[in-house]
Amino acid sequence: MQRLSRNGAYIPPAASVAAGSELISVRNLTVGFGQQTVLKNLDLDVYSGEILGVVGGSGTGKSVLMRTILGLNRKSSGQVVIYGHDIDKANRKQIEMIDRSWGVLFQNGALFSSLTVKQNIQVPMREHTRLSERLMDDLARLKIEMVGLQSDAADKFPAELSGGMVKRASLARALALDPQIVFLDEPTSGLDPIGAGQFDELIVKLRDTLGLTVFMVTHDLDSLVTVCDRIAVLARGKVLTEGPLHDILRFDDPWLNAYFHGARGRAALEHETR
Amino acid sequence: MSLNAEPTSWSTQPPSLRKADVGGAVTAFPSGDWTLAHASVLEKLVSAEVRALADGTRKASAAAFAIDFSAIGQLDTVGALLLNRLVLASQQPLKMMQGEDKHRVLMQAVNANDLKPNVQAKPKSGPLDFFVSLGRMGKTFVHELAQVLSILGGASAALVRWLTFVRRFRWAAYLTHLERTGLNAAPIVALMSFLIGGILAQQGTFYFRRFGADLYVVDLAGMLTLRELGVLLTAIMVAGRSGSALTAELGSMKMREEIDALRVLGIDPVEVLILPRLLALITALPILTLIADLAALFGAALDAAIYGGIPGEVFLSRLHEAIDLQEFFVGFTKAPFMALIIGLIASLEGLNVLGSTESLGEHTTQAVVKSIFFVIVVDGFFAVFFASIGI
Repeated sequence: MQRLSRNGAYIPPAASVAAGSELISVRNLTVGFGQQTVLKNLDLDVYSGEILGVVGGSGTGKSVLMRTILGLNRKSSGQVVIYGHDIDKANRKQIEMIDRSWGVLFQNGALFSSLTVKQNIQVPMREHTRLSERLMDDLARLKIEMVGLQSDAADKFPAELSGGMVKRASLARALALDPQIVFLDEPTSGLDPIGAGQFDELIVKLRDTLGLTVFMVTHDLDSLVTVCDRIAVLARGKVLTEGPLHDILRFDDPWLNAYFHGARGRAALEHETR
Repeated sequence: MSLNAEPTSWSTQPPSLRKADVGGAVTAFPSGDWTLAHASVLEKLVSAEVRALADGTRKASAAAFAIDFSAIGQLDTVGALLLNRLVLASQQPLKMMQGEDKHRVLMQAVNANDLKPNVQAKPKSGPLDFFVSLGRMGKTFVHELAQVLSILGGASAALVRWLTFVRRFRWAAYLTHLERTGLNAAPIVALMSFLIGGILAQQGTFYFRRFGADLYVVDLAGMLTLRELGVLLTAIMVAGRSGSALTAELGSMKMREEIDALRVLGIDPVEVLILPRLLALITALPILTLIADLAALFGAALDAAIYGGIPGEVFLSRLHEAIDLQEFFVGFTKAPFMALIIGLIASLEGLNVLGSTESLGEHTTQAVVKSIFFVIVVDGFFAVFFASIGI
């Protein structure tokens, strides 16, 4: 999978990477904190252009998996390969390129509280690129509108935004550098059902217009049913099962049964099949 | 749909832009990669064409305009945004030809969003700005004074509730804060005062020796430390140490809505958060002052013995003649008032913290600066007061 020339420079992607090929592959991943092992020998692939939903009960390590792929947690063992580069063996320049190529929406937005929305979106632009002020302003405005915020939100501070607006602003920041893949940590948590539905639509729309790949950790049944192309279920430190929704529904597991066939699960599924 | 699995910024095809007349319509042929990585090149390409287009529309109005995507490599929002500038300059609706679906979808989306011109209202500046900001400062001052009084009132009311057994006193909180502001500060306060006493005695020794009045260094050191320096420096140390901590604690609780949570749970934040801290400060500062006085006198005695050749017994007996208990009490009485000022200002700043981390930092700084300033101001008032009653 290594597409490196001898001096460590990048060989352009070329046509070797077709649609639906692996962007990220995780092999034998084990992560623990102290005595506790959260993920054990986990395997997972993320394919380009898909919306992958990662579900699981509380404490099954969904966020830990995401943070480990992002390099925010240390792993005990295993391999994380991103665009064909093993992140343990990648050099500094490759790591920087990888960092630039993804956007992350943290659960609580994690907007910088002392900057306005526009400045928040421009942080990655200023850090990683040399764009003219005018272009950065235009881009920030474009991203703000693409995520469905009013343009007057640009000069507001995070403390002045509602929960849903914080999520959207944070998504706009994640999209600042036209990422290849976005990681969403419970994007619809804390939103009302209407807001959550709109957010789901937004994610699909952005995937279609920007050609994004989406890695989404979620609890929201409606999001799973309406948005995700593929679902990975985490349990006992592993991927219990993965696949499209109808495959997951056929899988027999007490937790999954309770999850999908509880009152809320049934409602979401019925709504979808109607 | 061929998705590029590597980030677009890794691509190497340089972009270019060609314009041609196709069937009476001005058609732009972008080629290469129109992506973030080439942003500065692209912006130059586009702004040149925008000028040309603007000239063209001025001369022959409303020439048809189209973009042909057949030669483009990759396109991201930066590229689409810049292409859209051409569309805007042509004053024509977006018309696209050929190329891949995904590029047209993106271009359509950018065009749909990016129509409004970027207008930003700049705040007007006028000759009266200075007075406006002066007025604002005055208003803030009055407002903050009212807030300080309200905190003081709330704390007093809570104290009364405790004294009349309506409410239990929070001993655990009080003792914790007493340990943090008093006991934990004692070593640094003692060390600082010891050094100050020594420095004072050394300067005094050299000065008084010129007059052959070496022994007066004891008067100088004793009077200055007991009346002024002991309490003042201790208060400044406590303002920097505990005042800032108080503001930061209250401020971060405010940011996370913990203070609001207390309120809706029917718990008075002034009673549970501020009163124990205020009382701890008021108890700790006099004790620290006493420690500071003793350490400073010890430092002065040691220094006088080394530099001035004044033996310890002589220092003590001279001190006994020069100073009476009154000097000690002049300094000591000021301590609780200074503690109150530090506590009130720090609480006020803590409660005024807004949502951002920047605001937290700003208010913590303000708390320290203001409390040190007001400690010195109050010290001045006390000096005037004691002088006028002849102490």
